[in-house]
Amino acid sequence: MDFEFSAEQLQLRNEARRYLADKCPTTVPRAVLEGAGSYDKALWAGLAEMGFLGAAIPEEYGGLGLGYLELCVIAEELGRAIAPVPVSSSIFLVAEILKAAGSEAQKKAWLPRLASGEVIGTLAAIEGMGGGRPSTLKTQVSGGLLTGDKSPVLDGDIANLAVVLARHAPGRDEAGLSLYLVDLYGPGIERTVLETIDPSRSQASLSFKGAKAERIGAEGEGWRLYEAALDRAAILTGFEQIGGADRALEMARDYALQRFAFGRAIGSFQAIKHMLADMYVSATLARSNGYFGAYALSTGSADLGEAAATVRVSATKAFQHCAKNNIQVHGGMGFTWAMDCHLFYRRSNLLALTLGGQNEWEDKLIDRLRAKNAA
Amino acid sequence: MNFDDTPQEAAFRAEARAWISANGPRHLLPHLEKAGFGGIELDGLDPMQEAKAWQKKKYEAGWACLHWPKAYGGRGATPIERVIWGQEEGPYGALSGTFIIGHGMCGPTVMDWADEETKTKRLPPLASGEEIWCQLFSEPAGGSDLAGLRTKAEKDGDDWVINGQKIWTSGAHYSQYGIVITRTDPDAPKHKGLTMFYLRMDTPGVRIVPIKQANGQSGFNEVYFDNVRLPDSQRLGAVNDGWKVSLTTLMNERLSIGSGMSAGFPDIFEFCKELELSDGSLAINDRGVRAKLADWACRQSGLKYTGMRAISALSRGETPGPENSIGKLVAGSSLQEIAMFALDLQGQAGVIADPKLAAMGAKFQAQLMRSPATRVEGGTDEILRNIIGERVLGLPEDMRADKGLPFNKIPTA
Ligand SMILES: Cc1cc2nc3c(=O)[nH]c(=O)nc-3n(C[C@H](O)[C@H](O)[C@H](O)COP(=O)(O)OP(=O)(O)OC[C@H]3O[C@@H](n4cnc5c(N)ncnc54)[C@H](O)[C@@H]3O)c2cc1C
Ligand SMILES: Cc1cc2nc3c(=O)[nH]c(=O)nc-3n(C[C@H](O)[C@H](O)[C@H](O)COP(=O)(O)OP(=O)(O)OC[C@H]3O[C@@H](n4cnc5c(N)ncnc54)[C@H](O)[C@@H]3O)c2cc1C
Repeated sequence: MDFEFSAEQLQLRNEARRYLADKCPTTVPRAVLEGAGSYDKALWAGLAEMGFLGAAIPEEYGGLGLGYLELCVIAEELGRAIAPVPVSSSIFLVAEILKAAGSEAQKKAWLPRLASGEVIGTLAAIEGMGGGRPSTLKTQVSGGLLTGDKSPVLDGDIANLAVVLARHAPGRDEAGLSLYLVDLYGPGIERTVLETIDPSRSQASLSFKGAKAERIGAEGEGWRLYEAALDRAAILTGFEQIGGADRALEMARDYALQRFAFGRAIGSFQAIKHMLADMYVSATLARSNGYFGAYALSTGSADLGEAAATVRVSATKAFQHCAKNNIQVHGGMGFTWAMDCHLFYRRSNLLALTLGGQNEWEDKLIDRLRAKNAA
Repeated sequence: MNFDDTPQEAAFRAEARAWISANGPRHLLPHLEKAGFGGIELDGLDPMQEAKAWQKKKYEAGWACLHWPKAYGGRGATPIERVIWGQEEGPYGALSGTFIIGHGMCGPTVMDWADEETKTKRLPPLASGEEIWCQLFSEPAGGSDLAGLRTKAEKDGDDWVINGQKIWTSGAHYSQYGIVITRTDPDAPKHKGLTMFYLRMDTPGVRIVPIKQANGQSGFNEVYFDNVRLPDSQRLGAVNDGWKVSLTTLMNERLSIGSGMSAGFPDIFEFCKELELSDGSLAINDRGVRAKLADWACRQSGLKYTGMRAISALSRGETPGPENSIGKLVAGSSLQEIAMFALDLQGQAGVIADPKLAAMGAKFQAQLMRSPATRVEGGTDEILRNIIGERVLGLPEDMRADKGLPFNKIPTA
């Protein structure tokens, strides 16, 4: 038994951290937030060049052929840097769905271009408020053409390739759902950029009006593939959240050391000290759960579902907790646009919702623990 | 990252499992599996005798105090093997409660600070469970502020004479030995004038008075010292160096109490799976219940894997640090929250604490009444947060009114 990343993986983490400290200081997500494009193109190209995007894509499809543990440490660093790039959509979701369900031709066509960053992928599943359940999904494919509206779609305005969850047969059940690949530069697609709580990761609504769609995976397997993809992405995104939580905690700690009130560093007041200690506790629990998830992901363990929900619930809570208290520790300064606190606060709340909110994941966790218990 | 056993670990696990299944006191299992809070009930059998018998059996077969050197009654096992043993021992582990303080804290302190003769004489009977040890640290004026203690030891020829009072001493009434921290120089600043000793609890002048706890049980005691005479050979560490010695004990306390502590999730999960709410639906299907269960599940697994990470660090030769303070901090309040929630789910009947009538043998009612102590014993929640804030995060120390003052000039209430 060994509950730590290997020396090589820790080295990769340091390499990613150094790279991002250099190429993605908070001025970079801030620029995107303030409207300089929907993502940082130079950073995206750089991440591809470093091999980070293709880390867990097999070499035969243009990746580095490393494993999920390596992708987890990279995810953590992207989270620390609140990097304004579409990695979660393109790599954690779309590349993973291609790896899991794509035909040889589909993998050959898309994986190398996802690894090189030339193509940005996104997953389009949700249809408005409460619209993530089989019973409410209406988007439909008939005769190879897709019709319907998806919103919100993370990175939907910049993606060239979408995996769309849609009906091959009308109705309200899971069995009528399949996944489709859609080239977003083709005809029959309208995109509208959405105003959101975190513009440093853009979102759009996609309106399909007879867009060409090619099925990926077997007919009727859409919901199962989608849920399995969410589980894997929850662990990887969990590491982003863990990285973000740590960084928010560090910011708060540093400020508490340097800000004086009543003749002393505010970090010497127990109200602040204990708040920071509690942030450390939730960040630590999330990290330890993250290791459970990373291991389950890397071995394809039977516990993967339980691990994914555990990481998700724990990491969401930790990042939100640390980001909100980071503002609190900063006092009035924390509420200014100029301070970076709100960047982390925004991101923590964005990540808490993409892939589904805390409610959904709590349900999944309890269902899965129950199923395991009954087995 | 590998959560599975290596071949050697698997072999060790198989050996442990085989031995436990051949030798474990099976007749106790039904009681031990139900064991909850505040000691074990063995339906007429004497828990102390049963605990000692199991410990002795383990000792004779080389399964006691696994991580101690063989020469002192242990097995010289690796930290990971110790974890594996704990997993395999399962419910039988509840029998070890009596020995935690001796094996987890006093033993390691003796090992680090006593002379060879003391170690070879005293440690094996401690490992075998024949002799039980207690920790005589806290005093009426020295709990969180342990270094504020007043029990004094004065040199008289080659001996030391101890006068004063300890309090909250768990198990003093059934212990043969104890380690006691005393003040030997009241003119020095408080941390600088302390000295540690060990003693037999039947030494003349030692008087033990049980304290009835809030939950009705009596696990801890007042211990009075009235001209208790100890030879200098029973000193642990140098004169006035007792603070340093106590840190060995406290660091091990964190490891043995904190790591691997349950946050209480399995019990509440079992309970909610069976319980029908007033509308006839199962509690586990209720949205509000689920949100709480999910939170506790994450704390439970987070603590488990945090403990495992600490063990991995230990295996790599790193010393367990103040990070391990989080175990008890998280577990204590989780246990208390869970108990209150479980009672609430029982409606007005939640008040019933009779094990024959209440759900799950009144486990949650017992937990309600015992869990407040978890948040106090071995470092209060506030002290643990201070440790995390100061020693892990590097925040400034609290302002202290006693800093640098000689002990006898420190203001008291
Ligand atoms: C939206 C907004 C509007 C405002 N409008 C006005 C206005 O119109 N006029 C005006 O004069 N001011 C205004 N303020 C300022 C506001 O009153 C201060 O921000 C607030 O008093 C905190 O002071 P600070 O920002 O300097 O934080 P700090 O005092 O630096 O506090 C930083 C952190 O340390 C904590 N802290 C500080 N001292 C202690 C202590 N002794 N014990 C424990 N914790 C401590 C704080 O609780 C906080 O978490 C406004 C602030 C905001 C956010
Ligand atoms: C069941 C049980 C078993 C025990 N067994 C033993 C044993 O075997 N041997 C032994 O030596 N001791 C034992 N103890 C004693 C235990 O270690 C002390 O109770 C504990 O350290 C707290 O000390 P105190 O009770 O004097 O409380 P105090 O130190 O008086 O604390 C009272 C309150 O003030 C808070 N407080 C104190 N200082 C600070 C500070 N600096 N900052 C913020 N808050 C502060 C505390 O957190 C607490 O909430 C046991 C206690 C219990 C409950």
